[in-house]
Amino acid sequence: MARLERYSEEARSHLMKLPCPTFDSTPFTKPPPLKELRLALVSTAGLHPRGDRPFGMGDVDYRLIPRNTPANELVMSHISTNFDRTGYQQDLNVVFPLDRLNELVQQGKIESLAEYHYSFMGATEPEKMEPAIATLSAVMKKDGINAVLLVPV
Amino acid sequence: MGGLGHYFEEQEIATTQISLIREHTETIKPPRALWVPFELGRPFGVPNDSEFQRSVLEHALDLLERPSGPVLEDFPEEAPDLEKSPVQVVCPVQFQSRSNKEEGGSRLMEDFNAEILQLRNWYERALKTRNRTTTGISGLSTAEAAELVSRFIEDETREALMAEEDLVDRIRMACEDLKAYYFEAVSAQPGQPTDSESLANWFWGQTHAARVIHEMRKICLNDPTGKVALLGKLLLVPRTQLHQFKNE
Repeated sequence: MARLERYSEEARSHLMKLPCPTFDSTPFTKPPPLKELRLALVSTAGLHPRGDRPFGMGDVDYRLIPRNTPANELVMSHISTNFDRTGYQQDLNVVFPLDRLNELVQQGKIESLAEYHYSFMGATEPEKMEPAIATLSAVMKKDGINAVLLVPV
Repeated sequence: MGGLGHYFEEQEIATTQISLIREHTETIKPPRALWVPFELGRPFGVPNDSEFQRSVLEHALDLLERPSGPVLEDFPEEAPDLEKSPVQVVCPVQFQSRSNKEEGGSRLMEDFNAEILQLRNWYERALKTRNRTTTGISGLSTAEAAELVSRFIEDETREALMAEEDLVDRIRMACEDLKAYYFEAVSAQPGQPTDSESLANWFWGQTHAARVIHEMRKICLNDPTGKVALLGKLLLVPRTQLHQFKNE
């Protein structure tokens, strides 16, 4: 379905008109081998612990998701109605694969997971999130994070 | 999403990412991205298929071992339920409409409230089976969310509500909670499809709740103050389901 040819012409046109930032070059940081990864998950699904302040129009900050947050304690307040939520309602891992990541740690394929994961709301220009990313990166380094998995919705 | 990859890597934190819209990723050129052919809202493909989800995850993490970038690779499989056509959700709860245009909005609201009650056993079943609900972003119970929606629909109570500063967010989140209640309830029934299109077609095509939300949309679009115009235009009915109401 995220093949654009499967969308209606109107939906396809809307998606193609969404502004995308461009960059002169692509920075490329070499991580350690997978077995030594301490990984943080960063979602743009507008997820947060139940009771935390919900996302609203234009929000460019992020919410903390403690590593051991049970699935029932996470909710999604993303403002867009134009993506499927029924998969997420049936299984958090289709959007935010905490169980799958924990399994990889248990199997020794990666070393560990961050103390906190993070969620933004993707309905905002990414340029406006850059200051938050700079702050977040400093926090992550103190937590020993050496790689981030970014997951859109 | 790709922009965030640039910003993290500028801070010397390596990233890999899922890409849902390949054309966007080709433009943004993030350091490492795995394009997946799944629909928006399902970046790991399908619910309740841990093996498939793990495969997507491992493909994305494997990109961290590439020596140089930018890297944009395609995940080689479709989501397992994609081959199936959308099917009709046959809900044993009776949603036969008693309301019509002549009887006006009050009958629609009666049908809406009756529908919520009829789905309650299935919602509670879903909660027990999954040990989880995604309702609750509004901070309201389902009954309270329905009550807020009713106050917005009814001319007599809407005026006071319109004066409230956070009205747009409250209505939006109440509607999201109501939709989550319906989807969780119906997907708990045995034999129901789990794909998004079948479920969306059921909700937006067959339920009174959808008609109520559409009525709210019309009110928002006709609001002379413009205060709730954006709510009506963007935040209530998905673009792909507006066709369900083209004759109303």
